[in-house]
Amino acid sequence: MQDRIKYWKGLEELENTPEFAKHAHNEFPEFLPINETSGEGSIGSGKTPRRDFLKLLGFSMAAVSLASCEAPVRKAIPYLNKPVDVEPGVANWYASTYFSNGDYNSVLIKTREGRPIKIEPNPSSSITPMGTSPRAQASVLNLYDNNRLRHPLIKGVKADWNKVDSEIMSALRNVSGKVAIVSSTVISPSTKQLINEFGARFSNFEHVTYDANSASALTSANAGVIPGYDFSKANIIVGINADFIGSWVAPTPFAKQYIQNRKVSADKKEMSRHYQFETRLSLTGANADVRVPIKPSEEAAVVLALYNGITGNGGNVPANFDKTAFANAVRDLKANNGKALVVSGSNDPAVQTLVTAINQALGAVGTTITDAPYFVKQGNDGQMIRLINEMNAGTVGAVFFYNANPAYDHPLADKVVAGLKKVKLKVSFAERVDETAALVDYVTPDNNYLESWNDYEPKRGFLSLSQPVINPIFMTRQMQESLLAWNGNKTTYYDYIRNNWSKAISGDFNKAWEKAVHDGVLENGVSLLALSTTTNSQTPAAAASTLSGKAATQGIEAVVYEKIQIGTGQEANNPLLQEMADPITKATWGNYVAMSRSMAEEMKITQGDVLKVTTAGGKVLELPALIQPGQARGTVSIAMGYGRDLESMPVAKGLGANAFPIATVSGSTILFSGPVRIERTEAVSEIAQMQTHHTIMDRLVVQENTLAKYKENPKEVTEYIRLATHDGPAKPSTISLWDDYEYKNHHWGMVIDLNSCIGCGACTISCNVENNIPIVGKAEVINRREMHWLRIDRYYSSQENPEGGLAEFERPEDNPSVIFQPMLCQHCNHAPCETVCPVAATMHSSEGINQMAYNRCVGTRYCANNCPYKVRRFNWFAYANNEKFDFYMNNDLGKMVLNPDVTVRGRGVMEKCSFCVQRVQLGKLDAKRENRRPKDGEIVTACAQSCPTDAIVFGDMLDPESKISKILVREQGERAFHVLEELNVQPNVTYLTKIRNLA
Amino acid sequence: MISCILKTKSKVFFAFLFALVISFGALAQGASEQAEVATKGVEPGSTQGAEAGSADPAVLDAGASLFKNNCAVCHSAGSDVIVGPGLQGIEKKRKEAWLISWIKNSQALISAGDPEAVAIYEEYNKQAMPSFAFSDDEVKSILAYIGSQANVAAAVPTTVAGVDGATPGENVGTDAIGAVGGYLDIILVVLIVVLIVLVITLLLISSLLKNYLNKNRQLDEIDNEVVNQRFDFSKIYKSKAVRTLVVLIFVVVLLDLTLDKVMGIGIQQGYKPQQPIAFSHKLHAGEHQIDCNYCHTTVYESKSASIPSANICMNCHSQIKKESPEIQKIYKAIERNEPIQWVRIHNLPDLSYFNHSQHTQVGGVECQTCHGPIQEMDVVYQYSPLTMGWCIDCHRETPLNTEGNKYYDNLVKMHDEASKGAFTVSSNGGTECSKCHY
Repeated sequence: MQDRIKYWKGLEELENTPEFAKHAHNEFPEFLPINETSGEGSIGSGKTPRRDFLKLLGFSMAAVSLASCEAPVRKAIPYLNKPVDVEPGVANWYASTYFSNGDYNSVLIKTREGRPIKIEPNPSSSITPMGTSPRAQASVLNLYDNNRLRHPLIKGVKADWNKVDSEIMSALRNVSGKVAIVSSTVISPSTKQLINEFGARFSNFEHVTYDANSASALTSANAGVIPGYDFSKANIIVGINADFIGSWVAPTPFAKQYIQNRKVSADKKEMSRHYQFETRLSLTGANADVRVPIKPSEEAAVVLALYNGITGNGGNVPANFDKTAFANAVRDLKANNGKALVVSGSNDPAVQTLVTAINQALGAVGTTITDAPYFVKQGNDGQMIRLINEMNAGTVGAVFFYNANPAYDHPLADKVVAGLKKVKLKVSFAERVDETAALVDYVTPDNNYLESWNDYEPKRGFLSLSQPVINPIFMTRQMQESLLAWNGNKTTYYDYIRNNWSKAISGDFNKAWEKAVHDGVLENGVSLLALSTTTNSQTPAAAASTLSGKAATQGIEAVVYEKIQIGTGQEANNPLLQEMADPITKATWGNYVAMSRSMAEEMKITQGDVLKVTTAGGKVLELPALIQPGQARGTVSIAMGYGRDLESMPVAKGLGANAFPIATVSGSTILFSGPVRIERTEAVSEIAQMQTHHTIMDRLVVQENTLAKYKENPKEVTEYIRLATHDGPAKPSTISLWDDYEYKNHHWGMVIDLNSCIGCGACTISCNVENNIPIVGKAEVINRREMHWLRIDRYYSSQENPEGGLAEFERPEDNPSVIFQPMLCQHCNHAPCETVCPVAATMHSSEGINQMAYNRCVGTRYCANNCPYKVRRFNWFAYANNEKFDFYMNNDLGKMVLNPDVTVRGRGVMEKCSFCVQRVQLGKLDAKRENRRPKDGEIVTACAQSCPTDAIVFGDMLDPESKISKILVREQGERAFHVLEELNVQPNVTYLTKIRNLA
Repeated sequence: MISCILKTKSKVFFAFLFALVISFGALAQGASEQAEVATKGVEPGSTQGAEAGSADPAVLDAGASLFKNNCAVCHSAGSDVIVGPGLQGIEKKRKEAWLISWIKNSQALISAGDPEAVAIYEEYNKQAMPSFAFSDDEVKSILAYIGSQANVAAAVPTTVAGVDGATPGENVGTDAIGAVGGYLDIILVVLIVVLIVLVITLLLISSLLKNYLNKNRQLDEIDNEVVNQRFDFSKIYKSKAVRTLVVLIFVVVLLDLTLDKVMGIGIQQGYKPQQPIAFSHKLHAGEHQIDCNYCHTTVYESKSASIPSANICMNCHSQIKKESPEIQKIYKAIERNEPIQWVRIHNLPDLSYFNHSQHTQVGGVECQTCHGPIQEMDVVYQYSPLTMGWCIDCHRETPLNTEGNKYYDNLVKMHDEASKGAFTVSSNGGTECSKCHY
């Protein structure tokens, strides 16, 4: 029983502030204006004058009568010459690969009539067979970005490719000094070879690999590569400032591995234990069993102590440190030799040297660290810093930027800008005029990845391909084609890849190639990526002595971190990502200064106060404050990727501030933390959080328990509500006003395992793209009118009667536990919304789906009022073709991403999760056409399909062989529970209790 | 005077008799017309049953559908030349092995210098026959079908009204009623004339009688009042009840009309726009019996039946009627590399989802059920109202096409156990909101 845990969505709820209490009783903000909205976020007085009303009335009458006079003539335009494999109305799927900034996903692209509209995981891949990252899900919209460059530029003026080519080629012939290609990590073997071929022509050439959020120290400590971590083999995982399932190195594969050993059931009652030592409350820390807040400057001491503890010298734990947690970690690691893994996100080479030594001492190599390393981060900070210095010294003759934007995202951006002035030939392959591209002579825009051929090797021996699924929309040219052209090489890049791959394929090449293109992957163990290996000259002993000499930093320490949605800012113009709620803070549209409660109290700061953050380098950032439970005391954290001031990024323009200048450059390393000074300003800026819009009012919504109790008695871990009746306590479902539905054909249902859900939010983006969910913008999120059908509720929890006594009780927000709960329409069998609709616009189907007929809805919103789960969304505005919502639905290009099988809802109707009824219908139709019953796993909702941890299972509960039926049979009476069971609404969505493996 | 009255009476009688004769005559004519058309319509259907030969009907069926979908565009099963030769007796004329290799890849055979192949190639203006990826068995089934057709060829008229698979009698029957409609009008006019004559006659009689009574009889006060009653129209006009009634009727009629009109907004039944190219379904689907699926390629696979692309037109029109001005428009479109912009006739609103393959392949619904006698339309028009009521009606009444579909096996069993009524679309949830709205 879990009566000792108190759940709260935010500090407001924990404290029950007057404002929170007011909102809690007024869930539907009727008082808010609906006549004016703007992206700027001002909430004006919302009164419609009588005259305006009459004018509008008159106009609409006239418009209606005019419109009804004659139906518009609509055209049906067929292909002139229909491609063989495109059937109008039938989706085609192509295997491809999404790779950006370390985030690797082998994907399938769904195209309709030749336009890509959805990204799904590629089950053929063994690295990412299920689920994708949120960024991969949203990437399809990048293709239809209206602000991409439509043609090459010479000094900012439109030019044609021939002119660009001839000028660049002649400039290259006369180049003097160093020629450099600056790129983010290239995991394409063919691109890498091509870059080397390109460079071979010059006497002085360097390919500088530069990652904005680099893992430079990690690779330098591990022979130039990322060790082949396998979290699924680890029983004990210790993470030190490494957000490995959120944004560190390769989150999608890591999340998949991580969760494998954390799923529990009656058949497998063991799970890994995860310790996390970190500054900010990251997604990974939120999932950890034991989490200890540390300052960035304490990181070295923790690693050193851990090293000493493991290697037997006994470590000194820093003062003010949770000694029990640390001792437990050392004990567990030692006890699980060969089944333990320690990872660190530090960019300090000495720290990483020690971490490598710890893993060696733990016998991780060969078990939890496989011999196939990851190539997804190869950035070398020292190399980039050296190039910047060379540029400033005037020894660089030509520089090319490929997927790199150092004028924005390098801590030494000022020196980059100054240095670029001294370079004669500057070329950028940027898809839009970004900060760096604005400073170069030639912008030769690269294709989107959906328009290109390319190959990838994210992990040694695991190759994958991307193929064009659409012709280039604009006059852009793939970077590789440009290099080939400037090299005077007449082969196409497609042939180039094929030639390169002939090394990897033995036997019938064409057949194997066709198969590789079809599958998207080739996993025969052959490696094509040529990487220069390095050796780490630093010994663990030397590293240890370096670290022990480090003095603790004084003052406030700031951490620059990567958000799971925005990343390093490359895709910041994607409104889907901007409106995606941060998994922890639930904030959208902008960054902020996250600080602990105690610090805010000391400095008399309340949430939303605009703070002036001064970096060590004297840069000033003005950002609102956000009180973050779990943030280490004396630290703040600020997300990278914001503060764009570009015409080419209208969506991201003016949101937040650029946090990269906070990072510390010392010698040839970049540490993503630094000392800052913080002052309060008078200004207040509201943060668009999706957090406290709904309230749970102390009801039993989420459930969790400990592994120890689960092992003891699985039947006791979940609390089941019983109602008092004449015959004693009874299950709520046995006492009912309504007759039950009879399901004959299908009964669709969903099981969500709270123990598997890591809260990454990929499902929310997948849902948005699949169901044409509009973007509402910052102002409307503040007005609590976001449209997401599926949200992930994040609850903080704390023990109500902690063992540490009252002192600890006073500060539940210092280090709360976190639990995530995906919340969507529960498709209740006794749905409260259905009974209150005056026009029967929401009805129950014979397959258990709670249907919503938009064309019948008159917008009374009774259903939303009566929904206990608060999952219904009202269309306050027409979001399509509306200049005030100038996101993708307001331009013809952006609209290409819309799913043609789902209605774009109009103003004034209610909408909600449909269980992806379009997929259900299509799946049934396919089965009928093939004279069979649907197979289990064939019909899946978008959220279930994109979940990287398989936390969401969708299926037919009437089919006894289906996965969902088996789970329900297995977990009935154990972990399976319905949210708010006492209401007896009988949801078709079942949750499974979260299990924590507490030390 | 009496004779005069008698005369008038007989006049009226004769007039009535005359009218009756005429109207019955007209009706009888209409009925015989209908019967005649109905039998005509049945005729092509009846020939279908006359399949001879000992071949397995399943093979013949397979062959028939393959032939119709692939060969019939260029070849007839008789002796007529369409693009290529008529195939009557081909299975006797050539060896099976030769035919198989010819059908699979005629060009290979020609380039290999096969004398027969080269001869045919030369004979038909070096028009290459496309290659077909049939299995040997499939080719054999086609040949079997052609063989079976030879036996019935004599019975089959070269042009058959109605598209294969439709029930032509039904469609023609409805049109026959349309034809009878003309006669009905005449009958109505005659009846009205008869009625007017009747009214006038009756008025005449009453005035005659009144005159007679007034002149020849001494009427007392009361009788006189009865006979010489004056009808006061202004009383009716002034009567409150009448006025209210009239106003009420007027309002009701007005409301009904408005409602009708308003309900009709957006309904485009009968919408018959002019198309950029005067394509005739009557010619292609009706006379030449080209399968709908030949041009509307995705009708069994996709939600949309798809408008054929120009390259499908070119399958035939690269050879046939190249010089026609309408077909020249297709050539121009191809030269300009601009697709043809047809005017869309069936405009289902965006809020409703419709899937052709669900109805055609799974439901086994004929194209004509919704699209009307398309094989008789020179210019296509919207035959059905495409309203929700129309959809729902059909879903309520139509039994599900469950035969041989394993998807439905268990459902049919459960339905049969539970109720005696037909297992209709709606009894399987076919009238629920999110079957069409999502």
